[in-house]
Amino acid sequence: MNLNKTSSPAETKNLLEVSHCAWRIRRYALRMGEVQGQGYVGQALGYADVLAVAYGHAMNFRPHEPEWPGRDRFLLSHGHYAIAAYAAMIEAGIIPESELETYGSDDSRLPMSGMATYTPAMEISGGSLGQGLPIAVGMALGLRHQGNSAFVYNSMSDGELDEGSTWEAAMSAAHHGLDNLICLVDINNQQADGPSTKIMGFEPLAEKWASFGWHVQRIDGNHIPSVLNAFDSARSLKDAKPRVILFDTLMGKGVPFLEAREKNHFIRVDPPEWKQALDVLDSNRPEGKK
Amino acid sequence: MTVVTDKKTRLTTSAMIASIASEGQRVQAAPFGKALVEYAANHPEVVGMTADLGKYTDLHLFAQAYPDRFFQMGMAEQLLMGAAGGMAKTGLVPFATTYAVFGTRRAYDFIHQVIAEENLNVKICCALPGLTTGYGPSHQATEDLAMMRAIPGMTVVDPCDALDIEQAVPQIAAHKGPVYMRLLRGNVPLVLDEYNYKFELGKAKMLRDGNEVLVISSGFMTMRTLEVAKELERDHINVAVLHCPTIKPLDEATILAEVRKPGRLVVVAENHSVIGGLGEAVASLLLREGVAPKKYRMLGLPDAFLDAGALPTLHDRYGISTEKMAASIRSWM
Repeated sequence: MNLNKTSSPAETKNLLEVSHCAWRIRRYALRMGEVQGQGYVGQALGYADVLAVAYGHAMNFRPHEPEWPGRDRFLLSHGHYAIAAYAAMIEAGIIPESELETYGSDDSRLPMSGMATYTPAMEISGGSLGQGLPIAVGMALGLRHQGNSAFVYNSMSDGELDEGSTWEAAMSAAHHGLDNLICLVDINNQQADGPSTKIMGFEPLAEKWASFGWHVQRIDGNHIPSVLNAFDSARSLKDAKPRVILFDTLMGKGVPFLEAREKNHFIRVDPPEWKQALDVLDSNRPEGKK
Repeated sequence: MTVVTDKKTRLTTSAMIASIASEGQRVQAAPFGKALVEYAANHPEVVGMTADLGKYTDLHLFAQAYPDRFFQMGMAEQLLMGAAGGMAKTGLVPFATTYAVFGTRRAYDFIHQVIAEENLNVKICCALPGLTTGYGPSHQATEDLAMMRAIPGMTVVDPCDALDIEQAVPQIAAHKGPVYMRLLRGNVPLVLDEYNYKFELGKAKMLRDGNEVLVISSGFMTMRTLEVAKELERDHINVAVLHCPTIKPLDEATILAEVRKPGRLVVVAENHSVIGGLGEAVASLLLREGVAPKKYRMLGLPDAFLDAGALPTLHDRYGISTEKMAASIRSWM
């Protein structure tokens, strides 16, 4: 989608639909956070636009057939983003909305950290950070070997750039020319002990990936037209290269008082604030038909 | 440490790849590679992956036979195990090879989380198990069995010789779930064909009977034990040998039945640290079941960082040479 020209009616419609999709993902995530009184809602709000484009626009999948061999694989390497992924899966019709109430509870299919053995369409058990990209390399090799044209998306956090295994996999993906592999990096500049760039500096990041042999795009991950464009480019590129999209995102995006709150791995949300956050979100609902 | 005083004396060296075959012993070349090539002929789902050690795990034979089914992952063991898991999730059956130290110690979390937690069909086959190189602790995988045993759902195999390996390959390939198998590569001794033996995954097999000593052993220590048994026989000491190549799941019924036969010294012999291997597995089984042998001894490697040096020197130093094993058993009688 080129922003410098007038968008076609179809593009405008798509943009509107994806914006609604992102809004609902944020809403589902906040409701799940309210259930437990905690959760990585800052990350979920920040990453909702990327997930909305992934599930609502880019990926090929069948909601009621999570094992369909032709599906694009979405690997949630940052398992703690499960709250965001569940919200996207509810939006995508993979998980019923009613199950949202069980988030993080005993015997729920929606544990706090994403696990393949618990949740349909959760492709891997993430959480031990730095494992997603190595798995994605094996999956992409395996699919290509079997003539399966599905894409493998590895979704990861900027903190995972610290892990050596990420770069082992990055080198290998380029070596094997994995053009069916798309890596998504959420750069919210926040990891457990503080701002990511202060924990282990990763800049210049685009240049790093490019020098590893990847096709690189770095964009504002909260600007939906740019996100749509980046996914489309990554999918349609003809080069025999793996592709990475680096998304600069804002934790808490969509709820101004959370956006402004002192940044932490866990954004503090006091009990009455869940309702307030939902109210703020509702008052900023995207225009147009739902 | 040896101080070299006479430069004319050629000392035994600590080669990386030292054969465990004794002089004049019958051997077979590359049993793992050959068996895998044969099995894969009718099993297109089998793929080979390695971390820059194809040649040293005999996987190069597979690579030559099926170049499009061989994936070189570079010297990156975490990637190897993670990618093997990813490959298995697409329906393939990867055989992932490297040295045991790198496969287990370096990539442990990837085996645990990516492969085992989802019970994926990855067959991890690792050369240089236990004390089979003189390179020192960087290459001596003396605790690999302990680490792999501790992972839920992991099947662990420690084969004795070329026959064991050749017969194990199709069985571990057909087994549903992750397997860790120790590899002997290159010219591998051939011993078990003399004992009317067949490898069966999950089974321990009696190779010879004897009423004074029962040795339960795995890996090449079974080969050593058979030699020891012959030697002790000359002194009229009768040694039974129970070969237990599957470390997990343990063939508890066979082990219990043998240990229950009264009056025998029971020795567990393994090419592994005495911590967490077959010896402790059998000991805990016996205690749980209230089966007390006359005497119980563990013949394994010490809980220590082992020396570098020539393999025969080290096997002698740590008590797993035939001579030292015989002496230990005599002393325990």
